[in-house]
Amino acid sequence: MYTCADLKKGLKLIIDGDPHVIAAFDFTKPGKGQALYKCKLRNMLTGAQYERTYRSGESFEPAQLEERDMQYLYKDESGYVFMDQKSYEQVTITEDILGDDHFFLVDNMQVKVLLFNERGIGVTLPNFVNLRVVQADPWVKGDTAAGNNKPATVEGGYTLQVPSFVEEGDLLQIDTRTGEYYTRVKE
Amino acid sequence: MVEINWALARKQQNLTERARILQEIRAFFIGRGLLEVETPCRIPANAPELHIDAVAAGAAVLQTSPELAMKRLLAAGYPDLFQLARVWRAEERGSRHLPEFTLLEWYRRDAGYTALMDDCEALLLALVPAGQLTWQGEKIDLAPPWPRLSVAEAFRLYAPCSAADALATGRFDEILTGEVEPRLGHGPLFLIDYPAPLAALARLKADDPSVAERVELYLGGLELANGFSELTDPAEQRARFVADEAARRAAGKDPRVLPEPYLLDLAGLPRCAGIALGIDRLVMLLTDTAEIGEVVAFTPEQL
Repeated sequence: MYTCADLKKGLKLIIDGDPHVIAAFDFTKPGKGQALYKCKLRNMLTGAQYERTYRSGESFEPAQLEERDMQYLYKDESGYVFMDQKSYEQVTITEDILGDDHFFLVDNMQVKVLLFNERGIGVTLPNFVNLRVVQADPWVKGDTAAGNNKPATVEGGYTLQVPSFVEEGDLLQIDTRTGEYYTRVKE
Repeated sequence: MVEINWALARKQQNLTERARILQEIRAFFIGRGLLEVETPCRIPANAPELHIDAVAAGAAVLQTSPELAMKRLLAAGYPDLFQLARVWRAEERGSRHLPEFTLLEWYRRDAGYTALMDDCEALLLALVPAGQLTWQGEKIDLAPPWPRLSVAEAFRLYAPCSAADALATGRFDEILTGEVEPRLGHGPLFLIDYPAPLAALARLKADDPSVAERVELYLGGLELANGFSELTDPAEQRARFVADEAARRAAGKDPRVLPEPYLLDLAGLPRCAGIALGIDRLVMLLTDTAEIGEVVAFTPEQL
């Protein structure tokens, strides 16, 4: 069983019988008061999202999900299609159910598809993915302050904060667990 | 070429501003005649609190607050005091919480909690001479006086039940954070006069012993400071500590010793008031930063 101390973004647990993933998490505590654990949960079967606040002392059942190595093939009207390269079995997962993970899928990427009663309900991505910047404000020459950042959009439409020196066309390494910029890829 | 560690590098502006804020805070309090002190981080005992867990350090613990040591100095005749203290609270990590953080704590002799509220107003105006700041898109006007709202009144206005009922059903914290705090607005506001059981070291109001003279300062929706008129009665303080330690043990927490030297010195504590202000959250407000990890050099995850 998990306790409140285990709760974090990405943790998968069973709530009301369904597997859920924590899409966003925050710890809060009023002065001298008891700890509250605010979770934005996504139902991995339906994609439905809602918020719940837990108090210390509560416990949670881990979601036991089968993981299978698969390759991401393509996206079509039904969703994102993955294939087991040994059995050639295909699994389709909708965008609602993938959540933000869909931004980080690159053609032919090797992922682990999470299965619940033979249904694909999510993926475990490689920790890092390389994506090219398609939109970013130009680097103002002379703006050498290392701390400055700005938003940039990468192929697929994901927007994140990047250092000021990043320009359109740069290839970025992004941490898929946090969604944050990691480094620029030298080409 | 290896790129610099951007997660650290990007904080340089915030940390530069943090250094300026700390310097101005020192100048502010020294200019008002307060004495800066440093007290030990590793101590035999904190005040027992049901919902604040200390980090063990060998046979001792790390301080969760410098309050006991500072009040012992006051009892020994020291003048008004302030301290910029590093404190530790186990397993507190969120967008506004770090397990190791910095508290500004100050004490006023011969004063009650209203003097602390006056200090808060003056301090913020000294740090923000324009009297206005913008945090996360919200304009915040710092012109004093700031509203002072009692907990009872806040629950009457914003909660589905009274503060007393919320306390009786064990839902006070949940309703305070879920219903009341989001409706307090972004401007500065003092929430005052907490139910007596929620203020273990505070003096009760002379005209209404069901509430304690405790104040919380909210700014930008952040809980920024917590203070009170100090309890100076050793027998009453011991009874509250014993009850709180019993509640801790009943909740399955590690047993702790009581801070006996504090209880001994408390008899000499003059009428006084003290308050702790979260420096990291203050820097968040003054640098328009949403995440507490962006105003400290390293988060626990970056070590």
